[in-house]
Amino acid sequence: MLSAIFVVLLLAIGIYCILATYNLLRVLIGIEILIKAVTLLIIAAGRQNGNMALAQAMVVSIIVMEVVIMTIAVGVVLGIHLHSNSLDSRNIRKLKG
Amino acid sequence: MFLDLIILILLVLTALWTVMTRSLLRASLGLALASAILTLIMFNMGASLAAVLELSVCAGLIPVLFISVISLTQPLTFKEALEHMHSRMARFWVLPLIVIILGVILVLISVKFKAPLPAAQTPDSARFVLWHLRQFDLLGQIIILFGGVFGVVVLFKERKKSA
Amino acid sequence: MYALFVLVPFLSSFILNLPFRKVNKRLSCGVCAVLFLLQMAVSIIPGLGLDKINPAVLANIFNFDLGVDVLSKVMLFCIGLVALVTLCANSLFLKDSDDKFNFINILLIAVAGMNGIVLAKDIFSLYIFLEITAVASFILIAFNREELGLEGAFKYILLSSIASVLMIAGIALFFLVSASTHFSAIHSALLAQDKSLLINLAMALFLAALFIKAGLMPFHGWVPDAYTAAPAAASVFLAGIITKTAGIYVLIRILVSITGFSLSIKSVLLFIGAFSAIIGALAALTQSDFKRMLSYSSISQMGYIILGVGAGTALGLAGAALHIFNHAVFKSLLFVNSAAVEQALGSRDIHKMGGLGSQMPITSLTSVLGSLSCAGIPPLAGFWSKLIIIIALWSAGYQTYAVIAILGSILTLAYFLCLQRSVFFGKLNAEFKHIKEAGFSLVFPALLLAVIIVGAGIFLPLVLDKFILSFNTVLGG
Repeated sequence: MLSAIFVVLLLAIGIYCILATYNLLRVLIGIEILIKAVTLLIIAAGRQNGNMALAQAMVVSIIVMEVVIMTIAVGVVLGIHLHSNSLDSRNIRKLKG
Repeated sequence: MFLDLIILILLVLTALWTVMTRSLLRASLGLALASAILTLIMFNMGASLAAVLELSVCAGLIPVLFISVISLTQPLTFKEALEHMHSRMARFWVLPLIVIILGVILVLISVKFKAPLPAAQTPDSARFVLWHLRQFDLLGQIIILFGGVFGVVVLFKERKKSA
Repeated sequence: MYALFVLVPFLSSFILNLPFRKVNKRLSCGVCAVLFLLQMAVSIIPGLGLDKINPAVLANIFNFDLGVDVLSKVMLFCIGLVALVTLCANSLFLKDSDDKFNFINILLIAVAGMNGIVLAKDIFSLYIFLEITAVASFILIAFNREELGLEGAFKYILLSSIASVLMIAGIALFFLVSASTHFSAIHSALLAQDKSLLINLAMALFLAALFIKAGLMPFHGWVPDAYTAAPAAASVFLAGIITKTAGIYVLIRILVSITGFSLSIKSVLLFIGAFSAIIGALAALTQSDFKRMLSYSSISQMGYIILGVGAGTALGLAGAALHIFNHAVFKSLLFVNSAAVEQALGSRDIHKMGGLGSQMPITSLTSVLGSLSCAGIPPLAGFWSKLIIIIALWSAGYQTYAVIAILGSILTLAYFLCLQRSVFFGKLNAEFKHIKEAGFSLVFPALLLAVIIVGAGIFLPLVLDKFILSFNTVLGG
């Protein structure tokens, strides 16, 4: 399957983004790229399979959940910004051990 | 077939640009653009219902969310931005190399790989499946939207006393 | 009619939000308590069962596909119990009635989500309700909007989202192979094909995702931060039931219903379980924060449960399910005690505490009972579940792992004795002479859980053989 190669590439880009960034919002963008990669994987699996209807139903549900999770994550990031006035992930190292 | 390949390469390039660009605002726009390209791919593969939802939500709602957060948080000064840019380049320049090498490896692996055969399918429409066969999922979506509303109320409401 | 387990909490949360909010706010605590007690009763007492309600009524409106077996019943009981305890513990900590109302609503949504997880028979529905539970727990951790809480919440969101992505990738691969997402369809498709690379990859992705969600080593990074930084009632809920349902129950369900216990899966489970049990216990020995030590202890106990699952037999599964129940009880008890201590003293540093036993007798007594149950001392309930797991490992041929389990038990006893000695016994620090026992809302759940520990420990041998035999059906189907 052709799309499988690109799914793995997108997963790699998303994971690298999460690992190499110091900005909290970019971490969220990395998570978004990961979710797009698996959405593509589901649609490609549905096309290979013939059961496109079920694949579309799954993608619809995943998109709804992605929106809710992103909203809450953005709320948490805004709260962190209110406290420490920066979005640098090197600053949020208070919990240790 | 060739068109598929072009659009998929475009998707990966857009994602690469989104990760590597130095301004957060451009990263959000890159995310919207990547969602639009994914919508094209999904239309091409025959998933029209999911493609429409992807376009309106992921290329519309989520970048708006990100841009509103970016506008609420403090921008860097010019000197900070310059040294930030240099350290970013030092960390991120290796990513295109990784993507190209990984792509080549995967193409070589996939030549030897056999995909499983599809089972015989009844062609239901997506609407039928969603509304009649997957009602438990619909209930789950309603519950999570409700939960999201409560999350917004808890996280975004102004405190009566100072935090 | 099993759908009522999901519909009732959700609809009550919905109804509580309709107009007449003033009346609703005062009623909400009582309604919630009744709901959780009902859930506990219905899941355990067979006569009161849901078969009485005519299924045709609900089936005309909705078309849900749900199923219940012994494992689900154990989980339903634990969910109701821990939710009830959280409800009680919450009343002391959140003074503002608006906050309390929001907390109760989010608690109801989390309970609806977890009930959906244990009732689902379709892997994608399982995933959706898993996400509902995750969203509710994000909100609970960040509830106070303090700096530490938000930091812990962000780390949890990050790792949980990565686990979700891995899980969707696994679901997509299973969907590719079997063209459906129902457990039985995937199972028959896996039996029809031999072990190809795709299926192994899908299983590996699922295992990685579920190890992250369950907080096992080496993916345990978020657990100490999230448990410590959450507000007290949220810690009770998180440690008591969420990690177990979201991680361990889903793992057991997938292994039992879809892939079966192959040799490689069992060896991975046993290794990760033993690793978590030992390293978690060793890390707990070095902690100086009460809640952080309890969170490393949770990691270690999760390792124990996975050891039981990895044995691969009905006895091992029964031991794991029993340990899930015991862990829900004693870990919630210990977290309630830590909340009481934190509320009386204002700090969680155990090196500064000492001799609190004379000032807070009920808290120290229940804490000792909880610690002894965790370490597996007879005749308390924890002894039985650890014994069953060790016997299951031995009889399945994994003698080295049984020895490692016994070693882990000894380490557990060690760090809990350290904890008890430095917090509750010893000389009373001068500045703490004026503290009193915690209020009713923290004493009541502590007493309830302690009674359950002792009662279960004494009465469990009577029902043990029936309990273990019923797990053969879980394994078979």
